[in-house]
Amino acid sequence: MTENGALPSDAAPELLRLTDVTKHFPVGRSFVRPRGAGTVRAVDGISLAVAAGQTLGIVGETGCGKSTLARCIARLYPLTSGQIVFDGRDITTLSRSDLRPVRRDVQMVFQDPFSSLNARRRVGSIIAEPLIVHKAVPRTGLRARVQQLMEMVGLNPEHYNRFPADFSGGQRQRIGIARALAISPKLLICDEPVSALDVSIQAQIINLLADLQAELQLGYVFIAHDLTVIEHVSDRVAVMYLGKIVETGPAEAIYSSPRHHYTKALLAAASVPDPDRAELRQEAALSGELPSPMDPPSGCRFRTRCPAAQQLCSELEPSLDQANGDADHQVACHFPLGRMEATR
Amino acid sequence: MTEVDPVTLAVDGLQVSFSTPDGTVRAVRGASFSVEAGATLGVVGESGSGKSVSMLTLLGLTSAAQVSGTAMFRGRDLLKLSEDELRRVRGAQISMIFQDPLTSLHPHYRIGWQIAEAVLAHEKVSRSAARARAIELLGTVGIPRASQRADDYPHQFSGGMRQRAMIAMALALRPALIIADEPTTALDATVEVQILQLLQQVQREFQTSLIMITHDLGVIAGMADMVMVMYAGRPVEIAGRYAIYRSPRHPYTRGLLGSVPGARGPIKQRLTPIPGQPPSLIRLPAGCPFHPRCPLAMERCRQEEPPLLQVGAPGQSSACWRATELDGLES
Repeated sequence: MTENGALPSDAAPELLRLTDVTKHFPVGRSFVRPRGAGTVRAVDGISLAVAAGQTLGIVGETGCGKSTLARCIARLYPLTSGQIVFDGRDITTLSRSDLRPVRRDVQMVFQDPFSSLNARRRVGSIIAEPLIVHKAVPRTGLRARVQQLMEMVGLNPEHYNRFPADFSGGQRQRIGIARALAISPKLLICDEPVSALDVSIQAQIINLLADLQAELQLGYVFIAHDLTVIEHVSDRVAVMYLGKIVETGPAEAIYSSPRHHYTKALLAAASVPDPDRAELRQEAALSGELPSPMDPPSGCRFRTRCPAAQQLCSELEPSLDQANGDADHQVACHFPLGRMEATR
Repeated sequence: MTEVDPVTLAVDGLQVSFSTPDGTVRAVRGASFSVEAGATLGVVGESGSGKSVSMLTLLGLTSAAQVSGTAMFRGRDLLKLSEDELRRVRGAQISMIFQDPLTSLHPHYRIGWQIAEAVLAHEKVSRSAARARAIELLGTVGIPRASQRADDYPHQFSGGMRQRAMIAMALALRPALIIADEPTTALDATVEVQILQLLQQVQREFQTSLIMITHDLGVIAGMADMVMVMYAGRPVEIAGRYAIYRSPRHPYTRGLLGSVPGARGPIKQRLTPIPGQPPSLIRLPAGCPFHPRCPLAMERCRQEEPPLLQVGAPGQSSACWRATELDGLES
């Protein structure tokens, strides 16, 4: 039960499990320097699990490796090391053709609804593409299925002949969601699905994703930099910093009593439309900026910005351990916050 | 520089439209507002609400537009100035900070040089004096080892540091007014907090007025003295910070607040989004432009556009026929 990233035993059946996944990118490799200038350790030993029908929120700032992780889960990148088990099957090293049936079950929704849709194709054909590729529906039934999908995500089914340019940002994100849902996946990886949208439209898309999850029993990996969005959608949360998970657990536990200093700082920095809380926000500012993932600090990677850092933190990297005897809530910190000081 | 005028900028009846092959885009349809000396005005709205266009127009940066109205700044109407006169105002008396610091800095010139250039363009000082000023400013905005980092190129700076450099550039000539257009949208939350703090700090130190344009009500919640909410090219509500967040008098403001996750707590609670989409600025709906999305719309809203009228707290005004009824309603 203390195994990293494990789900509590009473949870829904496990859909996805990552064990010690790493993804390193070589940098600056060239003719004159075949060994390269170094490696970016974008994802560096991540273990996590997602239960069927539930949402795992992954939160972190620019450069923490969250999008790389999403692409690793979808097997868009080959792993450097580690293992991915989806629905009881090890998919880590499957070949392209063996991956096909897996791709039916794992789909992605991307951040930018403008660049993720082909501008020269009609909406109907964009949504029908996965149905055709996977031969999921006979040709004669295509249009009916596409229109059913459009209706499901709140688009007017009569607009299937229009081009993406005829739709607003929020509507395009709905098209992207319809395309991802076309072949009835079990897991949807949403990489910043609302951050390019206006506030009032964001709320529409978040509600839509929640409705679809309840209706279709989808599992979500929901990636965002915005903590308030993650709080809103997630059952469990993993906080990433420089390629590692620094804290993970049930959403309530993370938000009501964060144990890692980084989680606490992120929570404090979240923008809240309330004058009094906004002033508190400014008092809790974190100093400094993210170190380079090519050359992460020794020991704990957060120590250069941590208000509680001590000698030990530069010498020994903390492992992700259970916080305060709570096996379900894990934190990677030598000096985690106590229950009292963490409450916001 | 003797500042006696308590109002730095007073805009009245600003209208901006653009001719396009599809018809006339009425980007701003009558905006009136003012900024007091040393104060912060927050301008909030979604894409296409006219918030950026209004400010760009004040600086003469919307060349193909048809503009009417007045914008009084230090006794002169900005909208009537010639290109030469405007050039002396821009940067020196009013400066601007943009959303994306990477595209607003020139990639081929050193940071320090770019700041010094702004000084040289407006003041008769030596190159070395301008450089010294640039280094001093970089220090003021919290760039460590400023005299060395001044020789860096923009790509050697992180996003937060670039935005600090932009703020240094904006401060170079001690302007009376800084217009910041989504200055933190491209930044992470922890860096955003730092930049907002810096803006407030330099504002106090230099006694500058500040206009903060944003789509995020959370960004200005801690710093705006007044907040103007724009929709479809017009201000629909103007009020003090507490009035806007605690007792909004326009259904759109209330809708925006209801759409923000985390504004009211518990996990997995349903958000209350504003239904529908913002209208096309070429074919606006008749009457109040918000009526197709408004939960309170009535017959009059479909026919007559409501004017911005005083309602609620002192200094608060709302453009809604039902503004007086909104008091005490659960928002």
